[in-house]
Amino acid sequence: MDFDRIREKLNILADAAKYDVSCASSGSDRTNKNQGLGNTSRMGICHSYTSDGRCISLLKILLTNHCIFDCAYCVTRKSNDVKRAAFKIQEVVDLTINFYRRNYIEGLFLSSGIFKSPDYTMERLVAVAKKLREEENFNGYIHLKSIPGASDELMYEAGLYADRLSVNIEVPTISGLKLLAPDKKHEDFTKPMLKVKNEIVRYKSERKIIRSTPKYAPAGQSTQMIVGASGETDKDIMYSATYYYRTYQMRRVYYSGYVPVADDARLPAIGSQVPMLRENRLYQTDWLLRFYGFAVNEILNNDHPNLDMDVDPKLSWALRNLHHFPVDVNSAEKQLLARIPGIGMQSVEKIIKARKFRRLNWDHLKKIGVALNRAKYFMVCDSRHWERRDLDAEKIKGMILQTSSGKFRNQYSTQLSLFN
Amino acid sequence: MNPSTTLIYDGSFNGFLTAVFVAFDEKLNVADIQKNSECQNGLFSETETIFTHVEKAKRVWNGIRNKSHNAIANVYFAFLSETEGVELMLYTYIQKLMGTKSGKQLDYSDGIVLHISQLARKVGREKHRMEAFVRFQLTKDEIYFANIEPDFDVLPLISKHFRDRYADQQWLIYDVKRKYGIFYNLDHVEMVSLNLSDIHYNKTVKSDAFKTEEYDYQTLWNDYFKSTSIKSRINPKLHTQHVPKRYWKYLSEKKEAV
Ligand code: SF4
Repeated sequence: MDFDRIREKLNILADAAKYDVSCASSGSDRTNKNQGLGNTSRMGICHSYTSDGRCISLLKILLTNHCIFDCAYCVTRKSNDVKRAAFKIQEVVDLTINFYRRNYIEGLFLSSGIFKSPDYTMERLVAVAKKLREEENFNGYIHLKSIPGASDELMYEAGLYADRLSVNIEVPTISGLKLLAPDKKHEDFTKPMLKVKNEIVRYKSERKIIRSTPKYAPAGQSTQMIVGASGETDKDIMYSATYYYRTYQMRRVYYSGYVPVADDARLPAIGSQVPMLRENRLYQTDWLLRFYGFAVNEILNNDHPNLDMDVDPKLSWALRNLHHFPVDVNSAEKQLLARIPGIGMQSVEKIIKARKFRRLNWDHLKKIGVALNRAKYFMVCDSRHWERRDLDAEKIKGMILQTSSGKFRNQYSTQLSLFN
Repeated sequence: MNPSTTLIYDGSFNGFLTAVFVAFDEKLNVADIQKNSECQNGLFSETETIFTHVEKAKRVWNGIRNKSHNAIANVYFAFLSETEGVELMLYTYIQKLMGTKSGKQLDYSDGIVLHISQLARKVGREKHRMEAFVRFQLTKDEIYFANIEPDFDVLPLISKHFRDRYADQQWLIYDVKRKYGIFYNLDHVEMVSLNLSDIHYNKTVKSDAFKTEEYDYQTLWNDYFKSTSIKSRINPKLHTQHVPKRYWKYLSEKKEAV
């Protein structure tokens, strides 16, 4: 191993890849074959955490940061003056295997700038995955980034070796895409997604008949959107997320607060704050849509095109819909319980189990882990002490904000002072 | 009522289960169940020494498992927490469990039931942490070697995970605190005790027990770790919440921070 060369390449190509937030290694259950190396764990394992608290589970690198395109939001864009490097296929294979054997990682997340053409690039990504599977008998996790515009044949092959495939939409609106990534067409993104979706559907139906049908992208596909680069509303973002979940059966949509990487009049200036609170609110919304039974238009619509920054989306919804409350925790159906602010899905399950034995009061709920400071305005239980005052939404919000400390509260108050 | 008895066992899980068997079988009024290494006689109880008996232990294991898979996991995990007095709590827990028709009916607002499941959860968390935080170093004789110092005795719990994953390499994970390790010899996992002259955590001096390329990969991993951080998003509190400081000394990516 030419250690110094590899070291330099790794520094350049890991740095360029870090803005891609999706690092999940979950959702696949590849087992170790023939006394080979590795398997994937259904839950995924975080082997370490970055200094900003994000999970490190995969070796996330670009094959190269040479790129023929010039997307404004991207560090790797052609016009950016940065050091360029390219890994050889074997070098990526060796790094992955050696990191994996030391229990540093769950597998590889490989993406790339586009050099020569989308197909030329995609071919090389596939070659890395193929080598890992076939020559190294590697059964760990592989996530390949699909290159927008890559051919159906390559997308098919990619899915045979990878656990997950993703195409990053990056810009949630078509108009934003035209503005910021003029080289790319909307179809370049959707075509590979459609191919992957169709292959997954086909795999599932064929597998019912022929059990030995080769696995196809068992962890499904995901995509990422940049938040705060092109002036889109939260409604724009969540409506397209919903569309991608539905149309392409995405496992996950990731939202990534735009980190300014370019001086470009079309974009927020370098040094402007990363919209982390907004990103957090979008994830909360995503969660409500996927696990809590909310419909997207309940949370975001023309009257409310943007999420509240000072309270979470569930509380915000509840405050706008006080007529659904209070809910009786001792009798309400699961879906209704899940809508009470301060009660998470885990607490919902526990409440349902526990109330079979006895009627629950404040103490029980506290033990179960309900955030009573929020929940108490929206529920009744087996206790005579409950909120009887006829409070309006503004009052409740004020009282909740007084008694809670959100992790972004500081950031929020500085943002507030900016607007005042 | 029977006079109360303190049962003394050898400290192993099978020993503990045997004690439970004896207690049920002889309908004892159990005052306490203690390890022979740390027994203190109660003033008002008799003592009985338990000899570990795998068949009896198995019957208790199966009995619990038939009630509930969740319960057997709880019992085993909580036992490995090495919490003082856990044996008696587990005994009470098992009694309660046996009194139910199925384990699903265990009442989670009962103090002991709740406590056992909390202990089990803590041990479970430590198991997951160790599966994540073990850092192997490749020795000159081709063994991937790691030292750990977990809060609880989790080696028996992580063995399967590592065997399934690293089936084609020899590896050894050694618990420095409890002075034993598990070694996989490409065929099966065995318990080993070592006379370690050196505890291999993140020292800047290189040990000649390891291959030279080992240190190259540690450097690359270190670099990689550094490059993943995005300056404008740094959040040290969240970071140490995920990676508590007591684990740092065995994490090669934390070499400089230690
Ligand atoms: S094609 Fe990809 S790598 Fe190239 S500039 Fe656009 S986003 Fe960046």
